[in-house]
Amino acid sequence: MTDGKEALRDRVRNAITSQKQPTVTVLSTLHAAHDELGYLPDEAIEEVAAYTEATINDVWGVASFYTNFRFTPPADHALEVCWGPTCHILGAASIKKRCLEALDLSDEGNTADGKLSLKYNTCLGACSQAPVVSIDHRLHGRVTPETMQQHIARLLDGAAAG
Amino acid sequence: MAEYRELKAEADRRWEELTQGSRPWIRVGAAMCGQAAGALDVIDAIRSELERTGTDARVDSVGCIGLCYAEPIVDILSPGSSRLIFGDVSPSEVSQLLDSVLNGGRVPVDKTIGYLGPRVGGVPDLATLPGIGSQERIALRNAGNIAPDDIYQYIANDGYSGLARALGDMRPDGVIDEMKASGLRGRGGAGFPTGVKWSFMARGGPPKYILCNCEEGDPGAYNDKGILESDPYTLLEGMTLAGYATNASNGFVFIRHGHDGPISRTERAIEQAYEVGLLGKNILDSEFSFDIEISLTGESYVAGEETALMESIEGKRSMPRFKPPFPAAFGVWGKPSTINNVKSFSYAPQIVARGGDWFSAVGRENCTGTAIVCLSGDVKRPGMYEVPMGTRMGDVVEEIGGGTPSGRPVKMIQLGGPLGHILGAESLDYGLDFDEMREHGAMLGSGGVIVGDDTRCAVDMARLLVAFCQYESCGKCFPCRLGMTQLLEMIERIADKEAAPGDIDLMDRVGSTMEGASLCFHGQLGYNPLRSALVNFPDDFRAHVEEGRCLYGVCDEPLLAPRNTRAFAEEYRTGAAPLQLVTR
Repeated sequence: MTDGKEALRDRVRNAITSQKQPTVTVLSTLHAAHDELGYLPDEAIEEVAAYTEATINDVWGVASFYTNFRFTPPADHALEVCWGPTCHILGAASIKKRCLEALDLSDEGNTADGKLSLKYNTCLGACSQAPVVSIDHRLHGRVTPETMQQHIARLLDGAAAG
Repeated sequence: MAEYRELKAEADRRWEELTQGSRPWIRVGAAMCGQAAGALDVIDAIRSELERTGTDARVDSVGCIGLCYAEPIVDILSPGSSRLIFGDVSPSEVSQLLDSVLNGGRVPVDKTIGYLGPRVGGVPDLATLPGIGSQERIALRNAGNIAPDDIYQYIANDGYSGLARALGDMRPDGVIDEMKASGLRGRGGAGFPTGVKWSFMARGGPPKYILCNCEEGDPGAYNDKGILESDPYTLLEGMTLAGYATNASNGFVFIRHGHDGPISRTERAIEQAYEVGLLGKNILDSEFSFDIEISLTGESYVAGEETALMESIEGKRSMPRFKPPFPAAFGVWGKPSTINNVKSFSYAPQIVARGGDWFSAVGRENCTGTAIVCLSGDVKRPGMYEVPMGTRMGDVVEEIGGGTPSGRPVKMIQLGGPLGHILGAESLDYGLDFDEMREHGAMLGSGGVIVGDDTRCAVDMARLLVAFCQYESCGKCFPCRLGMTQLLEMIERIADKEAAPGDIDLMDRVGSTMEGASLCFHGQLGYNPLRSALVNFPDDFRAHVEEGRCLYGVCDEPLLAPRNTRAFAEEYRTGAAPLQLVTR
C-alpha cells in the first residue's frame, strides 16, 4: 500500500515538474496533477503545496473552489450532460432523466460499480447542436433520450468487455 | 519590414499552391459545433477513403464558417473547378461524395449548400444564402477558410499586415489613435471604447500585461471559443498590437481548462508565431518584444470578471477584487494590465491594417463594427453570424435563422447571457447595439441569442438561469451568495406551484439588495433574468401562483441541476439550512 502511495506521488511529481507553460502557479500545478491522475488525492494536494511553496490549506482552498476538480478516483467513462438554457429548452431535462434511470443514480456522481460518472455541465460550447453531451471528452450533439440510452449501453458493454 | 515581406512572399507562394495547384484541398468544419455534429468521424472517413483510393489531397480541419446548423460541413476545392460546400455530411456518404467531386462526376446537389467561384448549375451561390449574404465578416473573416494550424494561410490572407504597418510606420500612440478612430467598443459586454482603455495603461514597465478574456462561461455564447478554433492568429496579432500600443511585455490568453479544441489550436498558433518571429524577441526585426502564453482557469463563471480573472491567473480562487485600483495601474501581480475580450482584440489587426475610419463606417455611429451573434434555441438555422451593429434582432432570428422550426411564433429571446434578460417578442424590433439595448432595459452582452417559441415557459427559463447564477456565485459577497440561493428557493416554489404569498415581492427585495450590495456584476445583475421574466411574462407567473398550473406543462418536473455550490458546500454536507438574506 505504501508503495502504491509512493508511486502515486511519483506520478504527481513528474507531472507537476514538467509543466510546459512559463508561468507556474498553484492552479496550474493542480491542473497538471489532476490531468495526470484524474482526481486529487491528499497526496497530490501535499505535492502541489510542496512544489509551489504554498500551505496545504491554500491549495485546498483553490482546489475546492473550481468545480472541475474531483477528489475521488474517476470512473472508467465520463459522461457530461449540458444543462445550459439552449440545451434545456431543446430537451436536456429528458436526457438527464434518462441518464439517471439508466445508471441507477439519483444525482450527479459515479455509478455504484465505478464504470461511469455523470456530471451536469453548465455549457459545453456547441449550443447550435443542442442538446449536447460529452462522452469521454468528445462532444455529441442533437442527442435524444434514445440515442443517449444507446451511448450508455455501448459504454457499459465496452466497460464490461474491457 | 523586410522580414515581413519575406514571410508574406512565402505565404503567398504556399497559398497559390493550395488554391491553384494540382492537389484538391478538402476543408472540414471541426470547431466545437462541427465536432458535436460528428466532424471528427467525417475527417477519419475522408482520410481513409483518400488512402483507399490512392488520392493525393490535402485535408485540413478548419473552424466554423458560421452555418453551424449544416455541420459537419465539407468544403472541397478541386483543381480547375469551383469551391463546393457540402452540409450535413455523414461518414457513410464520404466515399460517394469524394468520388463524384474529385473524379468529375455529378455534383450531389442535395448535399450542396453552395459554391464559391465560377457558377455551378443547380447549386446556389454561397454568398446569396441569408446566413452568408447578410454577414459582414471582420473578426471572423478567415473562419472556416483557413486552417487554424497553419500561420502561412493567415499571413497569405492579409494576416500580420496590421502589425507590420504598426511596427514599421507607426508609433504606439498612433496605434491607439487608430483604435480610437475606429470607435470599437469592448465586446465583453460593457461596451467601453477599446482605444480609450488602451490609453489608460500606466507608463513605464516592464512587466506590463495584456490579458485576453476567453473564459466565456456564458451558456448560449461560443463565439470567443469559435474565434480561437477558427483563426487564433487574428487574436494573437491583436494582442501583439495591444502590447505594442501600450508598451506591454507579456500577454495571457485566459481560457477554461477542458475546452480542448480552442486550447490546442491556440497553443499551436503561439508555437508557430514564435517559430517565424512574430512573437518573442525583436518581432519582425523591430525593437519590440512580446510573449504570449495560455493561462488555464478552472470551472468558475465569475473567473470571467476582470479582477477575478487576474486572481485566477495568479493561481488563486477567482474572486473579484475591489476597484479601484483599476487594472491599468494595478493588475495581475500588481502590475499594469489591460484586459479585453477575444472579439475586441480580433478586430484590431484589420483596424490597424485598413484604418479606424474604415471600421467606423460599419455599423452605427455610436456603435461601430459588427456584432457576433451565436444564434440557438428554437430556430431553423442556428449558427455563429457576424452582422453589422444595429442589425434588427428580428432579421437575425427570422431571415438568417429562418424563424422557428415549428413555424410557431417567437415568444422569448434570452439575450445577454445568464446575467442578461428574458425578453418578449417585441425585442425582435430592437437593434443589436449596446445603447439601444440599454434604452430598452436589456443588454447586448457577449452575443448569445437564445430563441424560444410559444411552447416555452418563462418561469422554467427563469428557474434555470437563477439556478445557474446561484451555482456560479463565487461566494465572496453574501448578498449574492445568500440572495441567489433565496431567489432559487422562491422560483422553485413558484415552479412547483407552491408559492408562498408575498414571494414575488420578496424576490424583488432580495434582487434589489443584491444589486446594490454586491461587488461584481454577478451579484449586481444576477436578478436580471428573473426580474425581466416577471415584467415580460406576467401571465406565466400568474398561472403558477394563482391557478396552480404551468400553462405548458414544462415546470411539472423538478430542475435537475448541480446543487453543491462552492459557497454552500459545507451547509449542504451537514444539512444545515442556509441563512436568509431577507425574511418575510
